[in-house]
Amino acid sequence: MKLGILVNEGPYTHQASDTAYQFATAALEKGHRIYRVFFYHDGVNNATRLTEPPQDDRHIVNRWSKLAEQHGIDLVVCVAAALRRGIKDEILAKGFRISGLGQLVETGIQADRLVVFGD
Amino acid sequence: MSDLTGGGEMQDESSGIIKKFMFVNRRAPYGTVYALEALEVVLISAAFDQDISMVFLDDGVYELVKGQQTKAIDVKNFSPAYRALEGYDIEKLYVDADSLAARGLTEDNLLVPVEVLSAAQMAELMDQQDVVIGF
Repeated sequence: MKLGILVNEGPYTHQASDTAYQFATAALEKGHRIYRVFFYHDGVNNATRLTEPPQDDRHIVNRWSKLAEQHGIDLVVCVAAALRRGIKDEILAKGFRISGLGQLVETGIQADRLVVFGD
Repeated sequence: MSDLTGGGEMQDESSGIIKKFMFVNRRAPYGTVYALEALEVVLISAAFDQDISMVFLDDGVYELVKGQQTKAIDVKNFSPAYRALEGYDIEKLYVDADSLAARGLTEDNLLVPVEVLSAAQMAELMDQQDVVIGF
């Protein structure tokens, strides 16, 4: 199945990004494809390479980057939500790109399922 | 509306696929950004020629209430945008009957024509959708 994923919450404060990542890895293991992961609202905070969690904690941002590199997944950050929060091209982690909400709508159209993470 | 949609994004994005998109509004119009964001996504969806419906339930019914005044909180009153939705062929607006009643509201308090549905009717409608995004 071709899956779209929407992440609406920032890292570390909320479980959404963790669960989305775990869902994505589980889906890939089962042979499904991830059409795109779209980061919206506070979810855009998952995309900054300035993130430095304590060493004994999971690195949520790098984990997404690595998954994207391994499986060729498109990680898209909502431009309006990103700019409001100071997330710009120059601080994006590897594998992320900034684009418009049209990319979210397109994910809904193209994917067999759009799975939403966040309140 | 152009300030809501960022202007240039309204070009035709038709892919030939038409899906049923439902946007579920559950929060009060001010206090969080979600109501405003829902309008943004709805307008972008219109540019993709999708079958769009908007649902208002729980505190989301307050988004449609007439006479919103936001000057005191220094936030833009975006409620006129709901009246403009018709111009983008977004005419499927559904409101949960129990949510209205629980807040002492009736259809007369709302600034656009809507269809008021029972919880069971709403569930049936949600079941028919391809994509459901909550705000």
